[in-house]
Amino acid sequence: MMARLNEANVVYAKEIIGRYPKARSATIILLHLAQQQDGYVTNEAIKHIGELVGATSAEILGTATFYEMFKFEPVGKYLINICSTMSCALMGADELMHHAEHKLGIKAGSTTPDGLFTLEHAECQAACTEAPCLQVNYRHRYRVTPNDLDALLDDLQNSRLDGEVPPHGTVARVRQHIPSERAVGAVPPDEVNIAPEWMPAPAEAQK
Amino acid sequence: MNGATYPHAAGFVAGDRPRIVTSRFEFDDAHSLERYLATDGYKGLQAALAKSPVDVHADVKSATVLGRGGAGFPAGVKWGLTPQAVWPRYLVVNGDESEPGTYKDRLLMEVDPHQLIEGCLIACYAAGLSQCFLYIRGEMAVAQERVATALNEAYAAGYVGKNILGSNFSVDIVLHWGAGAYVVGEETALIESLEGNRGMPRLKPPFFPAAIGLYGMPTIVNNVETLANLPWLMQHGVEAYTAIGTPTSPGTRMVAVSGHVKRPGVYEIVNGTTTFRELLYGDDFCGGIRDDNQLKAFVPGGGSAPWFLPDQLDLPFEAKLVSAEGSMLGSGAVIVMDDTTDVVAAAYTLVRFYAHESCGKCTPCREGAPWLERIMKRLVDGHGTTRDLDQLFEIGQMICPGEFPHPSSERLGLEATPFPFRMTTICFVGPSAYTAVDSALTLFRDEFEAKIVQRTFIPVSVGANQ
Amino acid sequence: MNTTDPATDAGSPPVVPPDPNEVRLTINGSPVVARKGDLVIAAAERVGDYIPRFCYHERMSSVGMCRMCLVDIDTGRGPGLQASCMVTVAPDMVVNTQSQAALKAQESIIEMLLVNHPLDCPVCDKGGECPLQDQAYSHGPGESRFVEEKRHFEKPIAISDLVLLDRERCILCDRCTRFADEVAGDALIHFSSRGNDTQITTFPDEPFASYFSGNTVQICPVGALTAKPYRFKARPWDLDQSESTCTTCAVGCRTVVQSSQDVLLRYQGVDSDPVNWGWLCDRGRFNFEAVNSDDRLGAPLVRVDEELQPTTWNAALARAAELITEAKAVGGAGSIAVIGGARGSNEDAYAWARLAHDVIGTPNVYPQMGDGAQINLLGFDRATIDEAANAATVILMAPDLKEELPVLYLRLRDAAQKRRSRIIEFAQKRSGLSAQAWKTIEYHAGGITEAVAACINDPDIVRQLATGSVVIVAGRANLAEHPREVGNGVIAALQIAPGAKVLPAMRRGNVVGAIEMGLVPGDGGMPVLAIANAAAAGNVECLVLLGCDPLADFPDTDLARRMMAGSPRIIAIDTFLTKSNASADVVLAAAAYGEKSGTTTNIEGRVTTLAAKVTPRGTSRPDWMIAVELAELLGGDLGVSSVDDLTEAIAANIDGFGEATVSALRVARDGVVCHGTLPPATARIVTIDERNNYDYRLVVSRKLYDNAVGTAKSPSLAHLTVASELHMHPLDIERVGSTDGADVKVTSKRASMVFKVVADDSVVRGSAWVPFNQPGPSIGELIDSAEVITDVRVESF
Ligand SMILES: Cc1cc2nc3c(=O)[nH]c(=O)nc-3n(C[C@H](O)[C@H](O)[C@H](O)COP(=O)(O)O)c2cc1C
Ligand code: SF4
Ligand code: FES
Repeated sequence: MMARLNEANVVYAKEIIGRYPKARSATIILLHLAQQQDGYVTNEAIKHIGELVGATSAEILGTATFYEMFKFEPVGKYLINICSTMSCALMGADELMHHAEHKLGIKAGSTTPDGLFTLEHAECQAACTEAPCLQVNYRHRYRVTPNDLDALLDDLQNSRLDGEVPPHGTVARVRQHIPSERAVGAVPPDEVNIAPEWMPAPAEAQK
Repeated sequence: MNGATYPHAAGFVAGDRPRIVTSRFEFDDAHSLERYLATDGYKGLQAALAKSPVDVHADVKSATVLGRGGAGFPAGVKWGLTPQAVWPRYLVVNGDESEPGTYKDRLLMEVDPHQLIEGCLIACYAAGLSQCFLYIRGEMAVAQERVATALNEAYAAGYVGKNILGSNFSVDIVLHWGAGAYVVGEETALIESLEGNRGMPRLKPPFFPAAIGLYGMPTIVNNVETLANLPWLMQHGVEAYTAIGTPTSPGTRMVAVSGHVKRPGVYEIVNGTTTFRELLYGDDFCGGIRDDNQLKAFVPGGGSAPWFLPDQLDLPFEAKLVSAEGSMLGSGAVIVMDDTTDVVAAAYTLVRFYAHESCGKCTPCREGAPWLERIMKRLVDGHGTTRDLDQLFEIGQMICPGEFPHPSSERLGLEATPFPFRMTTICFVGPSAYTAVDSALTLFRDEFEAKIVQRTFIPVSVGANQ
Repeated sequence: MNTTDPATDAGSPPVVPPDPNEVRLTINGSPVVARKGDLVIAAAERVGDYIPRFCYHERMSSVGMCRMCLVDIDTGRGPGLQASCMVTVAPDMVVNTQSQAALKAQESIIEMLLVNHPLDCPVCDKGGECPLQDQAYSHGPGESRFVEEKRHFEKPIAISDLVLLDRERCILCDRCTRFADEVAGDALIHFSSRGNDTQITTFPDEPFASYFSGNTVQICPVGALTAKPYRFKARPWDLDQSESTCTTCAVGCRTVVQSSQDVLLRYQGVDSDPVNWGWLCDRGRFNFEAVNSDDRLGAPLVRVDEELQPTTWNAALARAAELITEAKAVGGAGSIAVIGGARGSNEDAYAWARLAHDVIGTPNVYPQMGDGAQINLLGFDRATIDEAANAATVILMAPDLKEELPVLYLRLRDAAQKRRSRIIEFAQKRSGLSAQAWKTIEYHAGGITEAVAACINDPDIVRQLATGSVVIVAGRANLAEHPREVGNGVIAALQIAPGAKVLPAMRRGNVVGAIEMGLVPGDGGMPVLAIANAAAAGNVECLVLLGCDPLADFPDTDLARRMMAGSPRIIAIDTFLTKSNASADVVLAAAAYGEKSGTTTNIEGRVTTLAAKVTPRGTSRPDWMIAVELAELLGGDLGVSSVDDLTEAIAANIDGFGEATVSALRVARDGVVCHGTLPPATARIVTIDERNNYDYRLVVSRKLYDNAVGTAKSPSLAHLTVASELHMHPLDIERVGSTDGADVKVTSKRASMVFKVVADDSVVRGSAWVPFNQPGPSIGELIDSAEVITDVRVESF
């Protein structure tokens, strides 16, 4: 069934779940996986994730809707987030946003008709010294002038940045892999109740 | 201005000063295991493993490694707060950096991820933490890629996982990432989020995470920069570490200076001695206010910190002195406003931020922050009333009853009210929503009044239900 | 401190060991002794200092969400505002609930909460009993300074068949969501979005279909959640209420019954610590609609030339007496059988027992319909609900408690969740508690004895049973299996857990009371199946149906039909016309729940009071009164003329019920626990022939909502019944070459019928399950109650 996680992703999902003492902990990672698969988080995927981590659909929906990055209907291939918090605001974020709206012909919060760009107001992106800044699919651009923005949009439009900027849904392109022969494995809270091997006897720990 | 900069470490400005956590920043391949090993990588871990966990813990205690996440709580002391004989215990690395003005943890993760990994290992070894979860902010794609790559390398090379470096020390570091919610940076919300829930803070006292945390087990939550200090500390020893800075604030700390300075950037400064004046005006620091304008005010410790005036420029980065003057060092973020700044508009961006980031749990934050935001918007747009100014203050009282911290001011003939404040909320997001409003209103009331048009006010009766 | 205490002078100071669980603190200036672990908000309330609150609920975990309970707490570092619902008492703590800061904070919270509240109290069900409204007056600022536009939502939305949600009124206290998740285990409602946009939602197409949804309406501190059956029916101040006990099932939850203008309008749960903790199931909460039904019998009926016609009580009672007298003349007293009586009060049962045994003189009396457990289940060392919910181990060999004794399910779920108890479940079909069970041991009908005996080979179980007290919760798990198996199971369990107590999981409202009051066979008397067979064989001259419906409730439908057909004279006492009493010669209109006072007895033997809140429909009257009048006409005298007379007579004459006097029950809100003197059941193991592996062993049990009148006549509940379909494990469906949803032919020794087959992995392989008394084909046609088990062949077309 489309929009549920596909087989490859279910395999990966199970690997992820296995890393945590409790399956529920994988929820956000699996929501990212669903968004990577479909570009946004579908109801079917929410149901499916609930089955995988042992929660109700309502609980998964509750978690998903708490977080900014999850979208529940399609967005553009490129999500342009222009920071508008204090440091960037002091350095001309508003002008940058107006320029972007004008250039793309859409208001912040909407998507271009060709489905290529979604423009959003964003809060502090941890690049305050490089203001004004923006992110395209969560990759930073620093000290952005209107001209820089035009150039960026042009590059994206002409797929010049495909190597660097994956389509919306994919955040990190590198995944952690824990080689089974090196893995310690999840440490469940209920089953372990002794100090780890390398810790000295409590007596010494007291001091 | 002197002080080198490097394109691969955007914003970082080296200088003629000690570097503990940024020691590899000039290498554009600092993030690779190869470079890391070539530059003393994992030496700190080896030094640690040569000692007993108890001794490593003792070192971290006596080095007084202050938390860099905001609270400034000594890491060594925190590790000691875990209840006796309760296992397993977990480490949760707080890489959610999203406090307005703050930019350092991301830099550390992107440029020198192995240093962080090594720091995590040292912490787990010393405090007997059986599993580590490295929580990176969701919107940091590159940091996630760099850390993932570094972890994959480190696992392959035997630095992470089973029997690390052939010892009986075994721990997994699991990379976890968020999905966009500032409040998740608060440690109890971080734990909720890591459990797959909505990131709503849990009430702490009497149960701090160190006692009851992830899955109800003792959990140490430490900031990225805090942990990044450990390899250097272990390799060079407590003396070398405490030789830098002051006894109460040893070592260095990373500070991001943004806003109206000539050279905004991220600086690793000596803790406890460096003053705000040096930082803003120093030649190998920010080099002064842009266009040689006058300094109007600055945020000394991230968006949550009450503002300072030029009066406070000579304060050093020393928590006690700063809180006595009514603010906090927080997350090492200084936001500078020159005399051209519209402080009402500037404050508004922060109110909007916190209102948007409220988790919705506490009534005063959920309802009060958006209320403040609407009034501030009205004022910025020039539709405000005098009543609005009192209203802002009254809403502030509902979130933070009593006198709110603010600095002393010669111009206003104002005595300082020391940090912190009383609060009716669980976490600091609620109060933070009011902080900038209070600072701006207290220190620049005239600018608010200048924006006001007279209008009368009709109270709505709560008794509407009779 | 009296220093001239002679004892002290004598040099032997009185040694008073300090209770380690005691915590001494100061609340509003006065010293208070609280218990370790108490929350400040609870400790303060106990000494009369009520701290306002919205999110805090004593039966759920604290979240500190609303911030209304902020008070000044000083633990040595000076006073500071803290949420008293999150802080536990500590030695020398100084609490001030009245400080300027605390009062100001509380005022602020109210003003904040009203910022987005629509203040539509005049049209709100909650208006008049609304904590927000009340506390706005008592702790609010009196005016709101919020002049902006309020938050708007479409109002209200149905989140289930029974509950509506008005998101504008919601103050996000997390009570309903916590209840759904923590207490009911149905996390189908949850917060969504964040901050000021936070709201309660269900997932699309997954409504809040919980058997316990009504509780969320009761605990909602505003009018955000409303119940369809009560919406707009009345204003709280018009309601007249009395405390009572729910008799929908035998858990006996305490309730308040509320009425207005002599009409029942609402039941609310009352927090009885040993029983229901304030919770009710939706069936018990909403079936007051049936009492108000237009189909209620308002006058007695007598058959006049093939037609049941309304008549006077004199005529009806005279006719009933006449039928009994005739029967006695033809076949003797023993040819008169009285069955039923498990739905009434103790007083009804007692009066009828006396009438049957003493006045009529028949030993053939029985309270159940062949769908219960042996009456001697009450003879074992009886456990209370609290004992079960605090036992180290609960051995569960019962019908699905979630379906049949819902609030007992909540209590045991809580015990397992909070890790007080481990549940060892024996299941013919996985139950609502399987998810909480420490071990679920699957077995087939007829196999309980072996299944239990086998446990001694499981060291984990043996170790577990040794860890502490054990309670066996036992009842009729399968209507297609002989009731005797229940007793056999308990006896087997007592072998592996000697000294264990037994909590009978019997379902019908006052079945325990009926048994204890003597609606049981006298010397040489027959149990119900024997009575039915005798009637079928023409040996019963008069059959008295005391508030029962054998055609609906007998597992063996054919036997019930033959019993009715074989009885020349039938007298029924009932609140409605039913399949069964439609063929009676006389139907005496009975008063219903809420129309009659008295007492009832729950599964633990707890006797509690029933309130008469409204006047009986038409001329209907309580069963006991009918018994008294019939006795008179039959020349007997029960020597009672009021309910209280009967309650006293019970206390005086029923062994073990001496404590349950009128005066005692008036003061004991949680009732009085009484146990009669029945001997325990004895094992009667009949070896049954192996199931040949083409067949499936039939399991039949009840769902919460079925065709019983209480549900069928409650419009809000009637449509919640499920279809009568055959549930099998998916692999077994494959095995019989059929597919989920297809029709199959189901054949027993009795008959052959067509059912829709449904894949259901809660059904044990080799078994097939069908819900009882639901719309659709009646599974009872396939059951032969003479057999120990029923095997069926399942064939696809
Ligand atoms: C609203 C709020 C947001 C916070 N955000 C962060 C954050 O983004 N990163 C961080 O390290 N600490 C953050 N903190 C502080 C953490 O709660 C916690 O004190 C810190 O991570 C502990 O690590 P440390 O002792 O090494 O500083 C935040 C605190 C609050 C109240
Ligand atoms: S103060 Fe705000 S963000 Fe913090 S817990 Fe309360 S509601 Fe959530
Ligand atoms: S009752 Fe304590 S915060 Fe709600």
